[in-house]
Amino acid sequence: MVSPGLDLELSFSQALQGLGLSPEAARLLWLPLPMLLVLVAAVVGVLVSVWLERKISAAVQQRIGPQYAGALGILQPLADGLKLLVKEDIIPARADSILFTLGPILVVIPVIVSWLIIPFGQNLLISNVGVGIFLWIAFSSIQPIGLLMSGYASNNKYSLLGGLRAAAQSISYEIPLALAVLAIVMMSNSLSTVDIVNQQTGAGILSWNIWRQPVGFLIFWICALAECERLPFDLPEAEEELVAGYQTEYAGMKFALFYLAGYINLVLSAVLVSVLYLGGWGFPIPVEWLAGWLGQPIDAPVVQVITGSVGIVMTVLKAYLLVFVAILLRWTTPRVRIDQLLDLGWKFLLPLSLVNLLVTAALKLAFPVAFGG
Amino acid sequence: MTIATTTELICFLVLSAVVVFGALGVVLLSNIVYSAFLLGGVFTAVAGLYLLLNASFVAAAQILVYVGAINVLILFAIMLVNKREDLKAIANLGVRRAVSGGVCLGLFALLVRVVVTTPWNLPGPPAVGEEATARIGEHLFTDYLLPFELASVLLLMAMIGAIVLARRDVLAKDVVTGETADQALIEKARTPLLLERRSS
Repeated sequence: MVSPGLDLELSFSQALQGLGLSPEAARLLWLPLPMLLVLVAAVVGVLVSVWLERKISAAVQQRIGPQYAGALGILQPLADGLKLLVKEDIIPARADSILFTLGPILVVIPVIVSWLIIPFGQNLLISNVGVGIFLWIAFSSIQPIGLLMSGYASNNKYSLLGGLRAAAQSISYEIPLALAVLAIVMMSNSLSTVDIVNQQTGAGILSWNIWRQPVGFLIFWICALAECERLPFDLPEAEEELVAGYQTEYAGMKFALFYLAGYINLVLSAVLVSVLYLGGWGFPIPVEWLAGWLGQPIDAPVVQVITGSVGIVMTVLKAYLLVFVAILLRWTTPRVRIDQLLDLGWKFLLPLSLVNLLVTAALKLAFPVAFGG
Repeated sequence: MTIATTTELICFLVLSAVVVFGALGVVLLSNIVYSAFLLGGVFTAVAGLYLLLNASFVAAAQILVYVGAINVLILFAIMLVNKREDLKAIANLGVRRAVSGGVCLGLFALLVRVVVTTPWNLPGPPAVGEEATARIGEHLFTDYLLPFELASVLLLMAMIGAIVLARRDVLAKDVVTGETADQALIEKARTPLLLERRSS
């Protein structure tokens, strides 16, 4: 069932070895390429999301939104980025300058490193690590430290409160999130993201995990929104109460790092929802069937390139559909209070995710065919 | 020496330096917040060492548990208990430091002796790599089942203790002063301010 698919690394290293390089040197030359590509993809993803956010919020509020910078204002995010880049970088006089600088860096690095495990196809990912999705959960647990650090270092009561809130929120929602992922892992018998997607490729859209894990899907989506600090869960930066939370004292590029981390995290969460629940790179109708109906062998180079491209397009399309939902939610829902937030996390989502895990385990024992025996 | 082993050696040296100097910083720095953040750095570097030993699951668990949970908890404790009180100057500080330094050096000497005299079985058994996750799970549910369950009972006890301490209404008397606690003050109903005003 599983076709070997495109393996760019193998082709690249064979081409270089043909030029007389050793396999190790070829690997060393290969390593930076996917990393650079993913970094660029993440940043472009952020620019697109910022543009979408501006346009969709404008449509929600019956405005036009940006329209002079490029066609349909498509260059507006670039202008925003450029503005932040050349803005003066202010460190408040009584702030702790080392921690103040280190905070935003600690927030943005784990999010970017997490792109390591995002698969766009059978071999189209930086590294198919065995602990895959667990690595992402571990990395996202580093973020609260950066938030606490910047909140503390700003020497501002709003910043400190915002930092504490952000850390508390991200810890509370990490547990139901991890339990929802655990139910998926139990079904696919593997932590690797590639295996999780492969387990959903059997019958196209019908075999996607969302039909088997509807509750898990909702829990994961709510928790992902809370982890990204999006409305209705943007308490750490509630303007009416905390000015801008832990970002209050930040300006210029350091502020841009928080902004970037938030949007990269949003896109990353959306991609992960599509990987875990919506069949990842899978087309609603399996490409193997389509190739069979068209009478093409699935291993032919042209078909391989086409299926690879379809995989990338599907991953991005599913992810941006979810980003669209997140943006709509942001501009249509009011913010919850801090006690409602913690009640929802600890008293509702946590028990619900435990029940979900238990039911998944029972179903796996009862119907091993449908729930991955 | 191949490229892979050179990279491994460089990574090992850098991570060890971070662990050693970070740990020294945790103990020696006078600012407790810096110590707590450095502790997080040390934990992360230890996770890097696990990764070098081909134990990626243990490395990820180390980051999740030690950096993501324990270190954040320590930071929370430091930032919530923000009492500024001037501590009394401790008498004979120099003597105390010399004694504690001596104890630490003695312990260090003992550890070095253990490291030098033990006949290490080199090279050790081959790393299981990706299989480790399944292997750890098997061990936890077969020959290490009792310690695993005991640890969970211990955590449950700690959790119940924390809840009892946090919910003061269980205690009828104030622990510190011995006076009867005002229950209405402790268990204040959580009603929105606006609703309260409208009803009165």
